[in-house]
Amino acid sequence: MHKYLIKRIFMMLPTLLGAGIFIFFLLRMIPGDVCLVRLGGQGGFVDPAAILACQQQLGLDQPLLVQFVTWFVSFFTLDFGVSMWTAQPIIQEVGLRFELSLQIAIMATLISIAIAIPLGIISAVKQNTWVDYLVRTFSIAGIAMPSFWLGILLILGILLTTQWWSGIPWLPPITYVPIWEDPARNLLQLIWPALATGYRYSAVATRMTRSAMLEVLREDYVRTARAKGVMEKLIVNRHALKNAMLPVITVIGIEFAFLMGGLVVTEQVFNLNGLGKLFVDSVTNYDYAMTQSLVLLVAVIFVITNIVIDVAYAWLDPRIRYS
Amino acid sequence: MTTVTNIEPARLPDKKTISTIVWRWCKRQPFGAVCGLILVGIILVAMFADVVSPYDPELNDFANMLTAPGSEFLLGTDQFGRDVLSRVIYGAQTALFIGFTAAFFGSFIGLVLGVTSAYLGGWFDLILQRVMDVFMAFPSIIIALAIVATFGSSTEIVILAITIPMIPNCARVVRSSALQIREIPYVDAARSLGFGHVRIVMRHMVPNVMAPYLIMFTSFLGQAILAEASLSYLGLGVQEPTPAWGLMLQGGAEEYAESAIWIAIFPGLAITLAVFAFNIFGDAVRDTLDPRLRSQ
Amino acid sequence: MGVMRRLLIAGAAATVGLAGAAQAETPKYGGTLNFVVGGNAPSFDGHQESTFAVIHPMAPFYSLLIKVNPENPSDPTAFVCDVCVGDVPKATDGGTTYTFPIVKNAKFHDGEALDAHDVAASLNHVMFPPEGVLSVRRAMYEMVESVKATDDYTVVIKLKYATAAFVPALANPYNWIYSASKLEADPNWYKTNIVGSGAFKLGEVQAGASFTGTKFDDYHVEGLPYLDGFKAIIAPKQSLRVQAIRGGRADIEFRSFPPKSRDDLIGALGAEQVNVQESTWNCNLSVSLNHNFPAFKDPRVRKALTLAIDRWGGSKYLSQIAIMKTVGGLIYPGHPWARSDEELEKIPGYWRDVEKSREEARRLLKEAGYENLSFDLVNRNVDQPYKIAGTWLIGEWKKIGVKASQRAVPTGEWFRSYRETKNYEAAVTATCQSIVNPILDLANNLSIDRSPQNYRDYINRDLDAVYDKAAKATTDEEAGQYMRDFEKGILDDNAHYMIVLWWHRLIPHRSYVKGWKVSPSHYLGQTLVDVWLDK
Repeated sequence: MHKYLIKRIFMMLPTLLGAGIFIFFLLRMIPGDVCLVRLGGQGGFVDPAAILACQQQLGLDQPLLVQFVTWFVSFFTLDFGVSMWTAQPIIQEVGLRFELSLQIAIMATLISIAIAIPLGIISAVKQNTWVDYLVRTFSIAGIAMPSFWLGILLILGILLTTQWWSGIPWLPPITYVPIWEDPARNLLQLIWPALATGYRYSAVATRMTRSAMLEVLREDYVRTARAKGVMEKLIVNRHALKNAMLPVITVIGIEFAFLMGGLVVTEQVFNLNGLGKLFVDSVTNYDYAMTQSLVLLVAVIFVITNIVIDVAYAWLDPRIRYS
Repeated sequence: MTTVTNIEPARLPDKKTISTIVWRWCKRQPFGAVCGLILVGIILVAMFADVVSPYDPELNDFANMLTAPGSEFLLGTDQFGRDVLSRVIYGAQTALFIGFTAAFFGSFIGLVLGVTSAYLGGWFDLILQRVMDVFMAFPSIIIALAIVATFGSSTEIVILAITIPMIPNCARVVRSSALQIREIPYVDAARSLGFGHVRIVMRHMVPNVMAPYLIMFTSFLGQAILAEASLSYLGLGVQEPTPAWGLMLQGGAEEYAESAIWIAIFPGLAITLAVFAFNIFGDAVRDTLDPRLRSQ
Repeated sequence: MGVMRRLLIAGAAATVGLAGAAQAETPKYGGTLNFVVGGNAPSFDGHQESTFAVIHPMAPFYSLLIKVNPENPSDPTAFVCDVCVGDVPKATDGGTTYTFPIVKNAKFHDGEALDAHDVAASLNHVMFPPEGVLSVRRAMYEMVESVKATDDYTVVIKLKYATAAFVPALANPYNWIYSASKLEADPNWYKTNIVGSGAFKLGEVQAGASFTGTKFDDYHVEGLPYLDGFKAIIAPKQSLRVQAIRGGRADIEFRSFPPKSRDDLIGALGAEQVNVQESTWNCNLSVSLNHNFPAFKDPRVRKALTLAIDRWGGSKYLSQIAIMKTVGGLIYPGHPWARSDEELEKIPGYWRDVEKSREEARRLLKEAGYENLSFDLVNRNVDQPYKIAGTWLIGEWKKIGVKASQRAVPTGEWFRSYRETKNYEAAVTATCQSIVNPILDLANNLSIDRSPQNYRDYINRDLDAVYDKAAKATTDEEAGQYMRDFEKGILDDNAHYMIVLWWHRLIPHRSYVKGWKVSPSHYLGQTLVDVWLDK
């Protein structure tokens, strides 16, 4: 097991190196740079000397290869540098947003599990009945709606409902407070995006639960149990569910990793100051330093989550052996 | 019955068989069939957009800005006085074009890479898999964003941006199916007979991975439409005045979400309906093609 | 002259709503102002930045030497002292020397006293930046010879030549007063630190999310500010900013909302809950035609394209959906030098008879041999007002048979394509200045070798000569006359440049926000010193 873990962690490196190279050179191909956006985005006077000074300050006038090696080496010595946009240390800029993204990811995952598992089971047990169709319609509708559309309608719905209810329109808080400082306010802000995201992401897990359940329900031991006259409810709960959970856990784990960096659109709609919004901002601002660090961060999260899933898998199912 | 069949031309039973197959499939997958019908509807609307659509989708008409749905404009007009219905209809063209192109190339390139990787094995396989790892280490929207930010947001680039993250997904699935087939004796037999690589791959391996390939293809269709909408929402999708669903939801739809909610509702519904239909239809196709599920 | 017009525009800037008599009320102390900001600030250093996303959250932390008159920020010619004493001094030595006495009771938030040396060091940091320090507005101060502190409470600024452009340039809202000792220790210190001498001191910065400020008890003006503090909330999505005001999460937004959002707010909250302030904005939306593109070498083609645009009609319709409204020439329509409507109507593209105008456009195109002209229109992929304007312009040109295809690109690429590489055919461009200062504002129309801002890329020595006369004129009347001639030369026969419409600022805010007055620029009047809450 240890050997396996070490090997897996070692195998991360080429992936991360590749991701680094990919994003570094891709960004450098974008026409324009951070200085043009910073100084030219407002339509005022732009002094060419100022743009040059800005580029020199940021080292953008150095050869590409030098820039790449400098950045990549410092990343792995955990020196993330400063943002080209705000001039603040990247670690500081990322810290708070990471906290918010992590909380949303956890909340959305929990909501997604709470929706997916019961619905998936019902859908499997009542396969091809109207209940099954209803559940599938509900769950596929979630993933078929553009996330921002769901968000826009949700916000509008909250405003209109509260206005209708109390006469005063109410909007969830739009600035973040850490959960240990003010739990009520924190949850009041984050529950809505978590609900929207959790619902959307439950679709895949529901489908997975359903098909895993169907498969397990056809297995011999379930048939045997059924033949022995064990109650259907007991079969589902005791025998089938436990074994159906493995693929579901995988799906949920992968989703969790995506939620950490992939809430790009939802964060825009709800004005959440998370990693996804930071990513969009840094891309539109041509903040190479920040974008590169974020991309590697997301990749690290993703790779690590995958390792954790695999380990959990082995732990849950002793039949699986890693060589 | 039987005697009649015997004297009829030989082609007829075939025809009957096809319609029977479709009919049986519809009976077994009624949900999928309904969605398939919706898809056919959307495709027809897109194909005959110039006939069905009541107005020019790009015609600015400031005398009729933000008109509510009514007899003149069935789904109302947007902030430029353009007919929302016509734009939704033409938007189907854009959506299907982007959806089919991205899904086709995404799954096709994935298929080729997956099969080749499985067939050749060795270093080629190893390096290709590591490259795939790189692309699979991010949410696809992040890759798409980076590509569009780099190369601009023409329709071709948007398609490229949506396609690239699909390739590794498909390649990986196809590769694992292909690996199983590679071990089957008849591939070995073909090789020992001295057939070329291309022939073995094309004749023996590709047909056998068609099931996972089709499954990926159908699921990509919906994903591509959603991805295009997300890019548009971030201002990086196709550009005005092109009628496109995602684009219709960007800017105006949010700004006028309250006073002119029809701008926000209808394109969103169109996306949801199309992606929904693609998903359910895709599920039905998968249930049919996946041998493990066929016994259902 | 444009007196009537000026009055009309000043009238439009007046408060609309029920609380018109608010100014007579006695201000109340206390409370926290919450406002939304539609952008994320780059560094904290005003000298090095040029976005309202820096001004709105951070201007309250800093003092200026002189500023626009907070009583009447719409007047482009009135300035008052901030850390100087008395009125803004008149120039001596034939208009080349300005002597500023500095207040003696000003302090920085960390307790350090503010004196003339700090003022001089800050202005020098802007006007004569040391090697490796970026100063965005350095080029505005080419007329300045030197800035010196002659004693602890006197600053003397010497000019190379007398010009009407200097005082408005000095009042630039980004010229924050920094500490001389901190600048000397590290000229980039203010990029990541905020220590000013303004009415508010920094509370907390939440990166990318919010800035808070609390009342500075040692502020150099007795009895101010009224507020206990403020919170600037960063919210890039416009719809969310509107909803924040509606849902009670914010009281005001200082940049501008589109007309529909104003209507939605009034509709949802009721007219007595919302005050609306409006002003013509010192920003214009323009079309730059690259004079190197074969078709646009021909002045007839350029003229045809400007003739095709129905500005008066566009003003009527676009002002309902976009932050644009006022028809105007190159000079800010609220400035005394600006052309009146009657004068504008004589310039091609401003004719009232749209059909005649389009007819003439078609004739010119035919004569020039470009009847089926088609070109690529680079635009910025920002809705308000760029993409709305671009979409509208394409429709206008379609009416004279010209096919323009829009290519909306991210800001950096947009800017680069017309500025750096000059690799474009036509571009939707915008000019956005803070203090109205026509001489400097129009400098981007000088020949390309004199102004790198001339994105059209032409040389016209006759017009340069007219401009130079304006810049060095000793009286305002004289300067104004030359500037008007210059404006006519750019717009009329040569059609070097096309102003489409001037932007329009629309600030709907909660009616309990008092003491804030709209100005022609979203960069001006943001110290929040006079703002109070009537709650």
